[in-house]
Amino acid sequence: MAQAVASPLQSGFLATLRQDRWWVEPALVFGSLSLFFGWLTISIFMDFGPIGHYKVEGTHFLTPVYEPTWLSAINADWEGAWYLSPAFIVLVGPVPFRATCYYYRRAYYRSYFLSPPACAVGDLGKSYKGESAFPLIMQNVHRYIMYVALVFVPLLWIGAIRSFHVPGEGWGFGVGSALLILNAFLLMMYTFSCHSLRHFIGGGLNCFSCTAFTRARKRVWDYVSIWNESHRFWAWSSLLGIVLVDVYIRLVANEHITDPNTWSHF
Amino acid sequence: MSETAKMRVFRGDTESGDWQDYEVEVEEGQVVLDVIHRIQATQAPDLAVRWNCKAGKCGSCSAEINGEPRLMCMTRMNLFEVGEQITVAPMKTWPLIRDLVTDVSFNYEVAKTIPAFKPREPEADGTYRMMQEDVERGQEFRKCIECFLCQNVCHVIRDHPENKPEFAGPRFFVRLAELEMHPLDTEDRLELARKDAGVGYCNITKCCTEVCPEEIHITDNAIIPLKERVADRYFDPIRWLGSKIFSRR
Amino acid sequence: MVDYERHDYDVIVIGAGGAGLRAAIEASAQGARTALICKSLLGKAHTVMAEGGIAAALGNVWPQDNWEVHFRDTMRGGKMLNNWRMAQLHAQEAPDRVRELEEWGALFDRTGDGRILQRDFGGHRYARLAHVGDRTGLELIRTLQQHAVHNGIDVFMECTVSRLLKDGNRVSGAVAYWRESGNLLVFNAKSVVLATGGIGKAFAVTSNSWEYTGDGHALAYWAGAELIDMECVQFHPTGMVWPPSVRGILVTEGVRGDGGTLRNSDDKRFMFDYIPDFFRAETADTIEEADGWYEDKENNRRTPDLLPRDEVARAINAEVKAGRGSPHGGVFLDIASRRSTDYIRRRLPSMYHQFKQLADVDITAQPMEVGPTMHYIMGGIRVEADTAATTVPGLFAAGECAGGMHGANRLGGNSLSDLVVFGRRAGLGAAQDAAAQVTGPEADDAQVEEIFAEMRAPFGREDGEGPYDIQRDLQETMNSLVGIIRTEHELLQAREQIDALKQRATNVSVYGHQQYNPGWHLAMDLQALLTVSEATARAANIREESRGGHTRDDYPGPNDTDWGTRNVVISQGVDGAMEVSTSPLPEMPAELKELFEE
Repeated sequence: MAQAVASPLQSGFLATLRQDRWWVEPALVFGSLSLFFGWLTISIFMDFGPIGHYKVEGTHFLTPVYEPTWLSAINADWEGAWYLSPAFIVLVGPVPFRATCYYYRRAYYRSYFLSPPACAVGDLGKSYKGESAFPLIMQNVHRYIMYVALVFVPLLWIGAIRSFHVPGEGWGFGVGSALLILNAFLLMMYTFSCHSLRHFIGGGLNCFSCTAFTRARKRVWDYVSIWNESHRFWAWSSLLGIVLVDVYIRLVANEHITDPNTWSHF
Repeated sequence: MSETAKMRVFRGDTESGDWQDYEVEVEEGQVVLDVIHRIQATQAPDLAVRWNCKAGKCGSCSAEINGEPRLMCMTRMNLFEVGEQITVAPMKTWPLIRDLVTDVSFNYEVAKTIPAFKPREPEADGTYRMMQEDVERGQEFRKCIECFLCQNVCHVIRDHPENKPEFAGPRFFVRLAELEMHPLDTEDRLELARKDAGVGYCNITKCCTEVCPEEIHITDNAIIPLKERVADRYFDPIRWLGSKIFSRR
Repeated sequence: MVDYERHDYDVIVIGAGGAGLRAAIEASAQGARTALICKSLLGKAHTVMAEGGIAAALGNVWPQDNWEVHFRDTMRGGKMLNNWRMAQLHAQEAPDRVRELEEWGALFDRTGDGRILQRDFGGHRYARLAHVGDRTGLELIRTLQQHAVHNGIDVFMECTVSRLLKDGNRVSGAVAYWRESGNLLVFNAKSVVLATGGIGKAFAVTSNSWEYTGDGHALAYWAGAELIDMECVQFHPTGMVWPPSVRGILVTEGVRGDGGTLRNSDDKRFMFDYIPDFFRAETADTIEEADGWYEDKENNRRTPDLLPRDEVARAINAEVKAGRGSPHGGVFLDIASRRSTDYIRRRLPSMYHQFKQLADVDITAQPMEVGPTMHYIMGGIRVEADTAATTVPGLFAAGECAGGMHGANRLGGNSLSDLVVFGRRAGLGAAQDAAAQVTGPEADDAQVEEIFAEMRAPFGREDGEGPYDIQRDLQETMNSLVGIIRTEHELLQAREQIDALKQRATNVSVYGHQQYNPGWHLAMDLQALLTVSEATARAANIREESRGGHTRDDYPGPNDTDWGTRNVVISQGVDGAMEVSTSPLPEMPAELKELFEE
């Protein structure tokens, strides 16, 4: 008598009744993330080749991927050691910050892990423990990495501002320098809209009104909350920004194009 | 003016089930629930559907319309192309009772496991003082109408029913966050959030937020803050290192 | 003998809205083994629909406010037909019940100094309604629900009670069925609390949900209890009118409390033309004074937009009839031109949402179209004020299904406070009554068997009529003939039609099996719907005056000498037929009478 329940409520990978083009978003995210992070991965190793110069000699016109340049000093002592690229500095702050970012997690869990690829579409994988077990439980370090990432915000601003000064020629203005400012701004907004920062500033409080200090924190929290609503926007715009600025500066530094500016040096 | 809609409705019970097609007259301004009611009144008097207020306030008529979890009473028919086939299925995550009605008792069981609100002592006059800015976060969470669409769409239990004993689901993270942020509450529920409620299972893919008919920012305002509070206590690397060193001694 | 589940309790509470939940919490706190039985899932009851607030003289916004003012407002709003003792208890205890909700986790909107904020509502002299935006009912039910789940109350969800059982004179339990499986249950209980809400689904245009089929009224009536004031039906002035599928859905009075005004098609604020003498002294008669009142209540009288609901509903009805209505047969309710977008979205978020999603109307930019919708029945089961005991031993009632508290017209906000004040009292009364019973009742098998047979009868009828048509015809009858304006010949016509519908209902048949079968459920609900409809039509026919929610075209004014001192009483005669009589109102003590001598 009893027959098996027919297909409509089936489970399994990609099972869905959705009729819209739900796969467009994860596909776009997959493509864009692969492209941008792929380029940045190449960039941190690439201090050779036709666009190997990441800095205009004698200036502070430097791709932000290599900011700050603290590792260069060690590198100089370490002749030919390409594997200690000065850009490895990003591995202590910006890279893990983005890797554990709540927005990027959403993005890559959906588009790379397919867990799930879209809402009400069957996810990939037999068993699922999410971030409750190793290795993904490590995502909980996001906040502590956020503290490190915060240090990079003033460093990038300093780098960007310094680019307006060319030794021997003095202060001036150039398109590349303006781009560095934009880049520092986007990275700052990405950092300032972080969920962990939002918690750190005020989200962890249960009483905003209790003391003058908590009231002050509430006011800042209100701002961070507004920025946080656009965290996705800041994540994408700052990522796109750093890729474009990196490419632009390499093109200038390797003399493929000329930066319109007020100095005669380059 | 009226048009004919092509409805494909899941009909079935615990033993068997299949799609059934209906052609129904639709009038201006009608929602999917109206159309289901018309099928009930004219073609299938025993079509089972759960509903109460028909105004998006009680959260009874949850279903999957064209595969998307929604309230039938808040899904207007003019959302769809004229002549488009519209499928209406019960929520997938819960055991089927009949047709569009599912057994949502899981949620009521989880509700019982959350320790009750425990207020601190009142002021001298026997009443409490709370400032508006301190209750606003909780008020957002208390908009929840318990439609359980967030629970239904969450892949942690939707695609992995074996996780149900270890995972409370978005609705109850909202509840936990509400209680944790309540300015008067004195109970500690963080251990529960981490362990028994399994907030770690959530991989913040935000489907709960996408389907919430009350537009509660479930992920950003409830789940992530809970994760951060859990991180404060259980995943602080300095605290962790300290506890390792001290436990060794 | 048919298979059925059997449960034994001290107290069973039927209905899990605000009153039922509060009753169950109280009964359980008194040590009674308590069951809560509800037709829907827990937390979905009609209480969630309440929007504006819960009235209580907390005095947080206006320190001049106190229970005596609230009592006076309630009695005057009810056109003095209220049971004075209920109105007194209600006004006195509401503040404690509201503070108790806060203690249980409710998050009301706050005043600047951190107390519970209160808002203006029709008929209340001071801003008195504690609220959470415009979703106060949801807050109330969720708070009670969350408090109840930790109190060891057994909840029977999606379980409908069909009949009460009696042991001699006394109520001894109930017969019910699981909606899910169709299986039958028998509850043995020392006492029973009815908290089933209203009768809205007897009308075509109503703000009420499907559950409102008058179950409690009918269960009590069949068990021998008396119903009073069944003619007093409240038509809320502002329900949605467009599109047709949402006709009747409530638009909160909070829109007017927060500054919205009613206008006709000539853009005129017509309420100034409808100020009755009874309220003239306290109502503004110029636009300047009305607008000034929102900010300065000392020097201005209240806006006529916030007259009691019966007055406003009749005014809208008259405007539409005079051809000054909106395109879809209502009038305009405008807050867009009077308050900022930000204010509207903060104060009235669900209204914004509701109009946006259901009607494509942006209430921050456009006026709403509204018209009267059947909203509430003031009448109900006659109860004793202090204990909520009905006229049948062991049977208690609270909330909308109980009568007397609101007289001929209920003030907005007094419903939620009614639920918690009398819900608690009913739970207390039932628990004490149960404790006084030495032995538990025994179900009478013959009685049970007979009820079961009646419940299942529709499955056996081969060529009967489906229940949906009968319900629709009943709703049309009640809406057009026992609606907002009534006359004798229409009421007689209504009674004839109801008799015919009762006849049709004896031959109702359903298709399919017992599992979650909505057709069968409706067939059973029809019995209650027909009973309460008949009660309302008969009571309306008897009361030859206009008072509050009962308006007679053929008797336009109130008749204080003949009718102002009497309740209309409905009861079942020995032959099973409905009997209508009247009984004098309880006499108010002198010290309370003084409150009305201004």
